[in-house]
Amino acid sequence: MKIHEYQAKELFKKYNIPIPEGGVAFKPEEARGIAENLGRFPVVVKAQIHAGGRGKGGGVKLAGSVDEVGSIAGDIVGMNLVTHQTGPEGKTVRKVLVEQGLNIAKELYLSIIPDRATAKVVVMASEAGGMDIEAVAAATPEKIIKVYIDPLVGIQPYHCRQAAFGLKLPPTAMKPFVSMLGNLYRLFIDYDCSLVEINPLVLTAEETVIALDAKVDFDDNALYRHKDILDYRDIDEEDPLEVEASKFNLNYIKLDGNVGNMVNGAGLAMATMDIIKLAGAEPANFLDVGGGASAEMVENGFRIMLGDENVKGILINIFGGILRCDVLAKGVVSAAEKIGISVPVVVRMEGTNVEEGRKILAESGLNLITAADMKDAAEKVAQLVTGH
Amino acid sequence: MSIFVDNNTRLLVQGITGKEGQFHARQCIAYGTNVVGGVTPGKGGQKMDDVPVFNTVGETVEQTGANCSMIFVPPAFAADAIMEATDAGVEIIVAITEGIPVMDMMKVKNYMAGSGSRLIGPNCPGIITPGQCKVGIMPGPIHTPGGPIGVVSRSGTLTYEVVHQLTAQGIGQTTCIGIGGDPVNGTNFIDCLDAFEKDSETTGIVMVGEIGGTAEEEASEFITRHVTKPVVGFIAGLTAPPGRRMGHAGAIVSGGSGTAQGKIDAMKAAGIHICENLGTFGELCAEVFS
Repeated sequence: MKIHEYQAKELFKKYNIPIPEGGVAFKPEEARGIAENLGRFPVVVKAQIHAGGRGKGGGVKLAGSVDEVGSIAGDIVGMNLVTHQTGPEGKTVRKVLVEQGLNIAKELYLSIIPDRATAKVVVMASEAGGMDIEAVAAATPEKIIKVYIDPLVGIQPYHCRQAAFGLKLPPTAMKPFVSMLGNLYRLFIDYDCSLVEINPLVLTAEETVIALDAKVDFDDNALYRHKDILDYRDIDEEDPLEVEASKFNLNYIKLDGNVGNMVNGAGLAMATMDIIKLAGAEPANFLDVGGGASAEMVENGFRIMLGDENVKGILINIFGGILRCDVLAKGVVSAAEKIGISVPVVVRMEGTNVEEGRKILAESGLNLITAADMKDAAEKVAQLVTGH
Repeated sequence: MSIFVDNNTRLLVQGITGKEGQFHARQCIAYGTNVVGGVTPGKGGQKMDDVPVFNTVGETVEQTGANCSMIFVPPAFAADAIMEATDAGVEIIVAITEGIPVMDMMKVKNYMAGSGSRLIGPNCPGIITPGQCKVGIMPGPIHTPGGPIGVVSRSGTLTYEVVHQLTAQGIGQTTCIGIGGDPVNGTNFIDCLDAFEKDSETTGIVMVGEIGGTAEEEASEFITRHVTKPVVGFIAGLTAPPGRRMGHAGAIVSGGSGTAQGKIDAMKAAGIHICENLGTFGELCAEVFS
């Protein structure tokens, strides 16, 4: 799960990680109020959306007066912000973070992530802050310091020193940095984060370290033990169809194509998307109904796929293991009868009780196209949507 | 021969009295697996059909000589179950459970380092040596006993698809393993490739990967150096958008790494026969393995 910068900074504050003074505003008047309280200029106004690259897209601006804060906030709130992470359609900005400007001496990078290959927690730090860290890693990997931490033992002071010396911090900033990194690690562990990132971490002219930006992502599998974090979820940042699907425990991701597809199992679902493309069409979604899908889930899956107006044809690909083909077939028939499916549907089933399943589909009187195997299914559905 | 499980496997099921555990324990028994016991804390002394239920894994191992465990406990308790099995000296631990927090698995993985136990999964369909032993949730009948092909995969139903296509071509399997779709798992591609390379009855290997992480790239390097048997590979997720988790917790393209194309390139460079169209997987295998 992703959260906003201002929410991440609330968590930082709770863990004594230094952040600039400021607050979040939903309206220009609120932004002005925050700027008045800060009392010093410049003030920074930052669009709050779940995507990076906000500065380049025009979502981060400096203001020299309360009036300017008000007018900038007025411009940003409600704007459609396009960055390299939002896709060409962009995202509507609904709130801004108003913060004290800092006396920046140097911009650093600091993050904590789980490393899947070593099963260790890794702290990454770099003197090349404020830039795209992927680009730094590609061009100058020697500029990134990695410190590996055994999760059973936790972070030790020498880990923090290793990062601090690697960043060539001035002596006065050492101690505050070491304590900040320890706190950041605690936050990472306490909340089952999948990423904690500060880019840039600022070394000020006064030789203090302050988190100018804050990014925190959480492990979805661990949210059950962090109920307080669920309040941070912002439905406005998610695709409405995906929100709908999540209510039914369906794993749905909307894409740009026109062939809807419903599959059991994530790997097979991805492979189905790939084979649709290979057959000359474009997948409209990823939809994994899971191993234990019920007739009701199949029905809801249909409803969600049809909620995407780009969908011109549907491919159902089920390899029955736990999910038996006869159960699936009944779900398809009942969904078709209840919803009234308006686009052609190609069904490919294999596995447990496949004969019974095929019989149910054949005798339903519905206009379903059956396919012999995956290749046949993809070709049939591609032909139906492309017309050749 | 086969790898990791066979006729000598004595299976215990952790979470045997739960809905899933009970259903699949019965399926495994029906397939011919020797299920010697089950564990549900607090239900020791009861029976699930003819299978004795114990309170702890240690007790089960002591009383039944179990050497393999299949875990069905819910995600919040799964790490505990894996560590309990490790502590009891169970050799092969197969964790079916989906949705275990990454941090729990990181702790488990470090805890298990240096132990004599092997973890398969989590979030996996399990492992089957066709005709001998099924430890998992895969449909038994799609498999063909007798080898000579070993199958290793990160996925569930996608594994069934490739096994089904092998069987349709008349190609049998020695052992089929799903290593799971989570970012941190136990047995990896390299462990399985190494075991298949050393298994005299296995003459060829099928490797099925997907987007996310670098496991396929590392496996490709290993194949270049250590595997002499022919390998047919498939990678799912060429059309997956970056930054989105595609169902499996581990299936995500982030910051240009973990892409399907990068994996395919690495595998091709290692001499793996890449199947571009899953619809023709069986045919390609027939060609390569003939």
